[in-house]
Amino acid sequence: MADLYEVENLHLSLPDMTRKPLFGAAPRIEILKGLSFNIPEGEILGIVGGSGSGKSTLGRALVRLLEPTSGAVRFDGDDVTHLSEQALRPMRRRFQMIFQDPMSSMNPRHRVGRIISAPLRLHGVENAREAAREALDHVGLPRSFETRYPHELSGGQRQRVGIARAIALRPDFILADEIVSGLDVSSQAQVLALLERLVRELGLTLAFISHDLSVIRRLCTRIVVLHHGEIVENEPTAELFDNPRAGYTRELLDAIPLPDPDEPWF
Amino acid sequence: MLDGRSQVRRRAGPRLWLSGGWLTALALAAIFASFLSPHDPLAQDLFLGRMPPFWVDSAEPGYFLGTDSLGRDVLSRILYGSRVALTVALIAGTLTCLIGASLGLLAGYLRGWVDVVVSRLIDIWMAFPPVLFSILLIAVLGPGLISIIIAIVVIDWTRFARVVRAEAMAQGAMDYPASAQVAGRTRLSTMLVEILPNVLPTIVALLTLEMGIAVIVEAILSFVNLSISTDDPTWGGMISEGRVSIYQAWWVIVFPLITLFLTVLSFSQLGEGLKDRFDPVLR
Amino acid sequence: MSFLSISNLSVRIAGTTTRLLRDVALSVSPGEVHGLVGESGAGKSMIGKAVLGILPRSVEIISGQIELDGTDLLTLPPAEHRRRIGQSCALIPQDPMTALNPSRRIGPQITDRLVDILGWNRAKARERAVELLHEVHIPDPDRILRSYPHELSGGMRQRILIASAFAAEPKLIIADEPTTALDVTVQKQILKLIKEMQERHNTALLFVTHDLGVVSKICQSLSVLYGGLVVEATDVHGFFRAPSHAYSRALLAATPKYTDPEASLTPVPDAVITEVNAQVDAVDREWRGG
Repeated sequence: MADLYEVENLHLSLPDMTRKPLFGAAPRIEILKGLSFNIPEGEILGIVGGSGSGKSTLGRALVRLLEPTSGAVRFDGDDVTHLSEQALRPMRRRFQMIFQDPMSSMNPRHRVGRIISAPLRLHGVENAREAAREALDHVGLPRSFETRYPHELSGGQRQRVGIARAIALRPDFILADEIVSGLDVSSQAQVLALLERLVRELGLTLAFISHDLSVIRRLCTRIVVLHHGEIVENEPTAELFDNPRAGYTRELLDAIPLPDPDEPWF
Repeated sequence: MLDGRSQVRRRAGPRLWLSGGWLTALALAAIFASFLSPHDPLAQDLFLGRMPPFWVDSAEPGYFLGTDSLGRDVLSRILYGSRVALTVALIAGTLTCLIGASLGLLAGYLRGWVDVVVSRLIDIWMAFPPVLFSILLIAVLGPGLISIIIAIVVIDWTRFARVVRAEAMAQGAMDYPASAQVAGRTRLSTMLVEILPNVLPTIVALLTLEMGIAVIVEAILSFVNLSISTDDPTWGGMISEGRVSIYQAWWVIVFPLITLFLTVLSFSQLGEGLKDRFDPVLR
Repeated sequence: MSFLSISNLSVRIAGTTTRLLRDVALSVSPGEVHGLVGESGAGKSMIGKAVLGILPRSVEIISGQIELDGTDLLTLPPAEHRRRIGQSCALIPQDPMTALNPSRRIGPQITDRLVDILGWNRAKARERAVELLHEVHIPDPDRILRSYPHELSGGMRQRILIASAFAAEPKLIIADEPTTALDVTVQKQILKLIKEMQERHNTALLFVTHDLGVVSKICQSLSVLYGGLVVEATDVHGFFRAPSHAYSRALLAATPKYTDPEASLTPVPDAVITEVNAQVDAVDREWRGG
């Protein structure tokens, strides 16, 4: 299958404001150190790493919330690495994002209906309101939720609204950034199952960022392991779990406490 | 959590009504001062000097709050004085807010060089001692209503700019502006549609606070005779004149002081009340 | 003989009839680690707060006993309550980033308790602090004691908080989700350290967490909470072999495991939630009636 994303030697550095001198520019920290990988159409790619591994930065570079310092990000053949915000705007409807903290990613003053339909209106979709309702149907929330405010919903419901907003534009690609890490296990599974169903039904390509290998084993078809801004492993899921090659991958697996008191762990 | 919210709502009610009521009454008094005033606020009658308020035995009928040393009616002067006070509060407050909040919003959300310029400007501005600065300004511009308003705006815009900048920065660090960007919204539109409404409660609270401050600043400048011409009645001017005869005629200074106090208190309470009312999480 | 023994503990939102803890009973013996498990809002942190006497003002204890070494804390005057807690209990907090005062050096933050509560002199307290940092495997303790919190990593700060919790040789430690804010690899080191320290000092440990995996590694017994109600209290081996309550079974089945991929897509069934909600309601009805 064709590659939806091609990432080539991606570098990204950000200014370190904590070490900014009184005059002059802040020193830059290199967060992504030359990453290369592809995301084929229809794949569910897991991006795994600890805090500071650069996984969120990578995600934000893919949907161009951040501009890479060098290297290339190609989306469906188009180079989007350094496109201006204005040039990106018409393309944005094709790659959407679901955020880690749905509370922070929704304007607290807007009702659910408006939150979901805002991207539709911005891209001039006719009958945005009806499309937003259909998106609510898709994620299994009643249409009456369109008049609620985000703070009136439970964590799991809020994250469903986040998913509804992302799929409303019928994008080709969705980036999910740690979207279940703030949820209780009981709603985690529901959100993951929903996401899996939508990927199948809508023919999406998905990148799923997580720090937890347990969560993504079932969902993802391939996994990229990041460590200190570099890819240490990029394997099909089964291969990675059966035969983890990188030392860091093994360390991550060993660190997961399985719910079994008889397994020696420490 | 839930009980905490409802408590806030319960307290916001009477606060909003009382402060709003006082300010509405004051606004009506200012508009209809010529109908409501029992006497010409400037008319002097030396035979009726220092008459006490109505409940004292030696009071002169028709002069409810007594008269000052020149025989002018205190009530009428307070009513006319509210014109100056409210004009300054509304115009100076609004202008200060517009200028300060715009600069703060731009600096806080856009960051980068805009922020550098605005922040440095604030730093430099705040190094000037405000009272001296305003007296100097009025000395240069000449006394008058417009000078007072300019002085207040010039001194106080930094109050808005600083607070709104910090608040816009905090809102900008959340994910919903990023989410708007992913949806394809422009930076300017994100600032106005997403950020501004969330900063608005803070701006409103500051605005009403600023109106109260404007009333005080006007009174202070009147007190030191730097406000508008000494003939027009102002609360500050009345307090200044009443100070001389505080032992012989306490009412000349006490009534304008009470009015001033209630007005400034009402402005700040109105702001707090509106802020709670505006918050969708508290509502 | 249990060191901490809670019975019949009910806590409600002040001035309402809404209970946040419903007749909670549990006990922890010296050398035992007891896990408090539940999802957000289950009231697991509230139990620890009630013991330490740091409940928020919006909630109040309406019934029950919290016995520490045989004395019911709730019958003591507040000052005496605080003194007892200070002498024999300590807390390992959730967020190592906010639990240390950013404007003070590490050293005094560890020794304060020793000086204030146990009345040690500064020099002796400092000696003990160095010893403690060795115990939690921090190299170069002298330098660390002189540094400020922002100079240290999250894992390092959590080690310091553990050292400081064990400083005054408490009989009971309450750990409130102590590794939730940490990376998995750091979490493992910190759990290992807590376990090691707890065993060495024979401390009773009340371990609050939402992660059944963590419970299985560190606890001997556990209480599963739902809506402020203990739905199951048992020993760890029995629990993970065969949880007796339907909610516990569903929770365990829904916990993601990389060895069992399907678990990550197994939700807690609605029927189970309905059932456990009904149980909570029944308990409340009985409480109102009685």
